[in-house]
Amino acid sequence: MLTSLDKNLLKEIADIDDIPKGAFNIRKNGQGIERNVTENINIVTKTDKPGIDIIIKPHTKDENVFIPVILSEGMDDLVYNTFEIGEYADVEIVAGCGIHNESDQKAQHDGVHEFFVRKGARMKYVEKHYGEGDGKGGRILNPKTIIEVEEDGVAELEMVQIKGVDETVRDTEVKLHKNARLIVSERMLTYLDQVAESNITVELVGDNSTAQVISRSVAQDDSKQIFHLNMRGHAECRGHIQCDSIIMHNAQVSSIPEITAFHGDAQLVHEAAIGKIASDQLIKLMSLGLTEKEAEDKILEGFLK
Amino acid sequence: MLELINVGVTLDGEDGKVEILKNINLKLDNKKIYVMTGPNGGGKSSVAKAIMGIFNPTSGKILLDGVDITHKPITERAQLGVGYAFQQPPRFKGLKVHELLELSAGKTHACSACDLLYDVGLCAQDYLNREINTTFSGGELKRVEIASILARDLKVALFDEPEAGIDLWSFQRLTETFENMNRNTDTTIVIISHQERILRLADEVIMIADGTVSEITSQEKVLSTIEQFDKNCRCAADCDREGYRNVNFA
Repeated sequence: MLTSLDKNLLKEIADIDDIPKGAFNIRKNGQGIERNVTENINIVTKTDKPGIDIIIKPHTKDENVFIPVILSEGMDDLVYNTFEIGEYADVEIVAGCGIHNESDQKAQHDGVHEFFVRKGARMKYVEKHYGEGDGKGGRILNPKTIIEVEEDGVAELEMVQIKGVDETVRDTEVKLHKNARLIVSERMLTYLDQVAESNITVELVGDNSTAQVISRSVAQDDSKQIFHLNMRGHAECRGHIQCDSIIMHNAQVSSIPEITAFHGDAQLVHEAAIGKIASDQLIKLMSLGLTEKEAEDKILEGFLK
Repeated sequence: MLELINVGVTLDGEDGKVEILKNINLKLDNKKIYVMTGPNGGGKSSVAKAIMGIFNPTSGKILLDGVDITHKPITERAQLGVGYAFQQPPRFKGLKVHELLELSAGKTHACSACDLLYDVGLCAQDYLNREINTTFSGGELKRVEIASILARDLKVALFDEPEAGIDLWSFQRLTETFENMNRNTDTTIVIISHQERILRLADEVIMIADGTVSEITSQEKVLSTIEQFDKNCRCAADCDREGYRNVNFA
């Protein structure tokens, strides 16, 4: 059963108001509680370890899969999910984890998501992390995402974490074959004494594969962020990493770029910048009548959009 | 009416204090266009920044319709009806043109974003949903900046070199826009410019040099002085010197 609290969490992480249409699997406190499959999308519980297999038939078009996870008490949850996106399918997968922890025990969800984007398939993967509750127990999320994109496939990742999560280590590994494309958009805001680490490694193994990683973050108060974005070109390929952080108060941000070419025709670019909000941006918005706080919020809102 | 009485601004520079404005006295009436001109580094932008509150006056007073705004913060001055179009406007990652214009217009002033962009020579369809980021050229940025001031209901509108980066076709539109603003509102318009065509809009020309008002004069007088400068200039004559006249650069 979904309580109103659960529904709030679902709204935050998956933007759904009620039981979604189409294929979905809702996991709460370590148990699957609701599931629906469709003609083209099957969801099967793994037998050897906790987790599910999501199997999307070839040529499936315009369908969504929702696989939100919610934790409403202190506990450790570990899950392995495997996604098989059939040839020439075009789907959107909305994952995400919401934690409501009122307890003083830590609530931790570690997920390993493995994706196979088959030939010519297109996948958009949206992952939102959200934590709430007044308990002293930490809200900890450690997602590991492994993606293999076959020939002509496209993977688009949107990874969002705004406040709420005390500790996170996010590992993302992507392998791109011939003509495969990857677009990653990461948004993060930490505050208080939160700690976040994001490691993204992209292996461009196929000719004419392309990857674009855009990471934008805001670090406030005493929070710490570490970004290690790594691109490795093994073929004639193009890769671009853009990592922008706004630093405020006593926060700390490390941005560690790494690009490696193993092929003479690999073109890799890394741009990284850390800085405070530009004063001329603040002055401009204040000269339109916004207070300093309103101007700051507006700038951050745009930056993280 | 905006009044500056003995306004001075001293800033902390790397080598101690620097006086950038001294004894500025100006009375600016509603529904008039003032063009501020003068040599580079003379203090024109600093006067505008002192009026907007970006620079805090260290002496003197600034009165807006009799209300002392000398030490009011930027936000409050903006809410009282002072607006400033930056010489070098900032870019904003993630903020779209229509969002900036909505922030500018606020809740009270109903205006069409399309008309505003048309007035600065930009096509609304192409620009409303564009982010004001590094893909904007200097000229495009300037035009959006000017539109963000036109969107507001202002007592005093300050434009800092609005023509910079604007092409010839839009220049005509720009001068018409200032004329329309002057015709349709009571706003005191202050334009910092060196351009003859902008100078021709002026009810009064304010010459700023060495951090102070050197002269308040008419456009006719300034334009005839410029003409005189051109006539007296020896540069052209130098090129007529023997041996230089028929130099072929090809």
